[in-house]
Amino acid sequence: MEKLLEVKNLEVGFQTYGGYVQAVRGVSFDVNRGETLAIVGESGSGKSVTTQAIMKLIPMPPGEIRNGQILLDGEDLVPKTSKQMEKILGQDVSMIFQDPMTSLNPTMRVGAQITEVILKHNNVSKETANKKAIELLELVGIPRAEERVRQYPHQFSGGMRQRVMIAIALAANPKLLIADEPTTALDVTIQAQILELMKSIKKEVGSSIIFITHDLGVVANVADRVAVMYAGQIVEIGTVDEIFYDPRHPYTWGLMASMPSLETVDEGQLEAIPGTPPDLTNPPKGDAFAPRNPYALQIDYEEEPPMFQVSPTHFAKTWLLHPEAPRIDPPEAVLKNRRKLAGTFEKPVMVMEV
Amino acid sequence: MSALPNKKDKFVVVGSQADHAEKINKPSLSFWKEAWLHFKKNKLAMFGALLLIVLITMAAIGPHIVKYDYATNDLMNSNQPPSKEHWFGTDDLGRDVFARTWEGARISLFIGIAAALIDLAIGIIWGGIAGYKGGRVDEIMMRIADILYGIPNLLMIIILMVVLGQGLGTMILAMTITGWIGMARIVRGQVLQLKTQEFVLASRTLGADSRRILFKHLIPNSMGPILVTLTLTIPTAIFTEAFLSFLGLGLNPPLASWGTMASDGLPALEYFPWRLFFPATFICLTIFAFNVIGDGLRDALDPRLRK
Amino acid sequence: MKEKLIEVKGLKQYFNIGSPNEVRAVDDVSFDIYKGETLGLVGESGCGKSTTGRTIIRLYDATDGEVLFKGEDVHGKKSKKALKEFNRKMQMIFQDPYASLNPRMKVADIIAEGIDIHGLAKSKKERMEKVYKLLETVGLNREHANRYPHEFSGGQRQRLGIARALAVEPDFIIADEPISALDVSIQAQVVNLMQQLQKEKGLTYLFIAHDLSMVKYISDRIGVMYFGKLVELAPSSVLYQKPLHPYTQSLLSAIPLPDPDYERNRVRKTYDPAVHNYAAGEEVKMREVAPGHWVYCSEKEFQQHKATY
Ligand SMILES: Nc1ncnc2c1ncn2[C@@H]1O[C@H](COP(=O)(O)OP(=O)(O)OP(=O)(O)O)[C@@H](O)[C@H]1O
Ligand SMILES: Nc1ncnc2c1ncn2[C@@H]1O[C@H](COP(=O)(O)OP(=O)(O)OP(=O)(O)O)[C@@H](O)[C@H]1O
Ligand SMILES: [Mg+2]
Ligand SMILES: [Mg+2]
Repeated sequence: MEKLLEVKNLEVGFQTYGGYVQAVRGVSFDVNRGETLAIVGESGSGKSVTTQAIMKLIPMPPGEIRNGQILLDGEDLVPKTSKQMEKILGQDVSMIFQDPMTSLNPTMRVGAQITEVILKHNNVSKETANKKAIELLELVGIPRAEERVRQYPHQFSGGMRQRVMIAIALAANPKLLIADEPTTALDVTIQAQILELMKSIKKEVGSSIIFITHDLGVVANVADRVAVMYAGQIVEIGTVDEIFYDPRHPYTWGLMASMPSLETVDEGQLEAIPGTPPDLTNPPKGDAFAPRNPYALQIDYEEEPPMFQVSPTHFAKTWLLHPEAPRIDPPEAVLKNRRKLAGTFEKPVMVMEV
Repeated sequence: MSALPNKKDKFVVVGSQADHAEKINKPSLSFWKEAWLHFKKNKLAMFGALLLIVLITMAAIGPHIVKYDYATNDLMNSNQPPSKEHWFGTDDLGRDVFARTWEGARISLFIGIAAALIDLAIGIIWGGIAGYKGGRVDEIMMRIADILYGIPNLLMIIILMVVLGQGLGTMILAMTITGWIGMARIVRGQVLQLKTQEFVLASRTLGADSRRILFKHLIPNSMGPILVTLTLTIPTAIFTEAFLSFLGLGLNPPLASWGTMASDGLPALEYFPWRLFFPATFICLTIFAFNVIGDGLRDALDPRLRK
Repeated sequence: MKEKLIEVKGLKQYFNIGSPNEVRAVDDVSFDIYKGETLGLVGESGCGKSTTGRTIIRLYDATDGEVLFKGEDVHGKKSKKALKEFNRKMQMIFQDPYASLNPRMKVADIIAEGIDIHGLAKSKKERMEKVYKLLETVGLNREHANRYPHEFSGGQRQRLGIARALAVEPDFIIADEPISALDVSIQAQVVNLMQQLQKEKGLTYLFIAHDLSMVKYISDRIGVMYFGKLVELAPSSVLYQKPLHPYTQSLLSAIPLPDPDYERNRVRKTYDPAVHNYAAGEEVKMREVAPGHWVYCSEKEFQQHKATY
């Protein structure tokens, strides 16, 4: 598969009154053409900052990209000026935000907001742009699109506004679509529609998608591959089956086990991950998850674990995969769903880089 | 690959330190402490604060550090230019302008602060009740405020002066009779916005009465805008006093305020400019100081501007 | 027969009555809550879940209908003293962990607010002892008492909100989406805490949510709301196995589950209110199709449901 985006050892920090926040601490991953990568992780783990770095939307100051490369089609975005980025944003990469209420301009007709983007990136007439806008609204499933283009955002419901946002994001046929929790503010029924829409768009337009969420159900629905973030790092990354049916990192276990499932009539307690996420102005030594990890090893408190590779596509950053480590079985809730997947190595291999 | 640590004993399960994970390491910072940290970074506002401290200190000790009294005439030495003897010179009756300036500072600052505090008290109660009760009560209370606001200020002041006679009390009353309306509107807006917040609802479900909700929840959370309005009211009052004195509606001699001094000094501007220069300069400096402090406070206290 | 703690009868809450933008947020809703159980309330945004909860606890004055607490009409109570006593027995946990704690108050004062209002502590020392104990109950510790809310994470704040409610030792707690704003891993902490407290103190919950898998886990019975009306009410496992109202069916089919295989094969149903095709004058109301399983339907639908149950 061909790589569209390669992020290498990305480090992003913010200077704040409380100290220097190391929001992203050495993140590396790829996105292939036409695939959906989901990023999951708890609030503050650096999901948004990672993607904002890709779009160069980090406010500088107080933020800075301290280190790393972001290669889009082999071209590094990090050294680009904001003028150069303007060409790329919307055209090659575009973004859908969480809040459909605030990300549309309330005083502009919906159609005009779409044609604005089309006209900016394509050398077409106004009429063609208008036609394209109507097509886009139809594509995202808004009925009577010819009338709707002349309406204002407040005349649309929340779910429809999010569809409009998606239409705007698609206006210039981006190669990469970044969706930062696009369904969190919506109801399940509308969420289901938007997820279906995103999947059909991927098929029809062929865009790659980075999908940020903290809902594992949503991940299982949309993702081809999944990256799990914790405290500014990717702690596990693999195909959606690998993450759900054979997770290796204790944080991923914790996430899976803390969700009740619909079919099991559980009587016992949910397996909560104890404690709270670490303070990123002063990340703990060793494995940042150790203080909340019931399976933490002595070494977790002393040294940061390297990445271990468990299949051609599956990596996890935990000492538990080290040959010296004791054999530990995941919690019951994870074990129950565990499967043997094709392609898994006999033994995990320690790697320096993904 | 050489980084492989080879110590077996490191690979034993020791588990979580969950109780540690609940710990908060950062030092506890109250809202006001944090606001102060922000305010401190604002150079102009800090300069204003420093200036204000100097002005207040001088108002306190100024009249005492020269051997002249502010009210004692010395016709032999009238209209002296600034010198070693009389640092700011003397006026037409030979009174020491330095002593008078700081005596005037007391009165000007007093008027400003008193007017602002009265505005504050009335504004908080009126706006707080109107906003909290809402509905008809709110409508009636705010309509009354609107009507009062509609009466021309100067007219009101002149009527008061005529009825009550000129003086410090009348001056303050004149300024506050409509001055509180701005404060009331600010407080009402804040309260309207805050009263549907969940922490207020929580307090109501606990059985809190209106007084508790107003004074424990609504007013403390409106303190930011209230304080900003307050710091911006003081210079307005000082200026109004000066302006009224200038029009001859101010205080009676020998009382000195910066307004009366400037008003006395104006006719002599051509020959004895220091008589206008000093009070005018200090009026400007004070107004400037309060304004930059107010702006600094606004930035420091507004959580939206802070994040 | 289980003891009824709360009886909601024909509750209506209309906003802006008489104006063109009248909202019938809660429109003739009736249900009971038994002592010691958790009743879940689900439905999409704006269907009136919060309004139902807030009207029950008297944050709003009901337009019509009544709420009985241990057989006494809550909305009829007039004397200040009776009201205050009632406030102690019924408490609420809020959705937004950021907006539900007064940012200018110290944690100790926030938690002790109920203690102060009802005079439940005789001395300063006793008050602080109570606060420490409550902090420990919700898994925090006494050092947290002197801090301000903004220093806590979302999950910790939500636990502070629970401690505040517990301070007055209520019998009944309305939890309005207490976990919606929290991370999955933190949600479990709060849910576990709520369940543990229910066991220890015999609490009764009305648990409002839109996360259906969590609701199923925590609730004994679940009510589904649609546009101000309760459309289905059933024991939770029954509701998930045999949803009868088409709206419930569409809601259940829309929940994404953390299982990729299931997601690949998921069939989603959509709800169109037109399917009912109610004739004019047809009486549509809650009817008990099977013991404990109520559906909002017409007589014709009722017979169909019964036939196929
Ligand atoms: N502009 C900023 N200034 C200072 N710190 C910031 C800024 N933006 C983000 N951060 C910090 O960076 C860290 C990562 O934030 P980020 O928004 O990426 O989290 P997230 O994983 O997207 O969380 P959520 O699920 O809540 O959206 C947080 O600790 C946050 O406080
Ligand atoms: N104070 C109010 N004045 C006017 N309308 C209101 C008021 N409170 C709620 N509403 C309206 O009542 C309806 C029900 O609102 P409610 O907050 O109960 O919904 P909800 O089911 O809790 O939704 P959500 O899941 O979004 O919290 C909505 O249409 C809302 O706009
Ligand atoms: Mg984010
Ligand atoms: Mg609600």
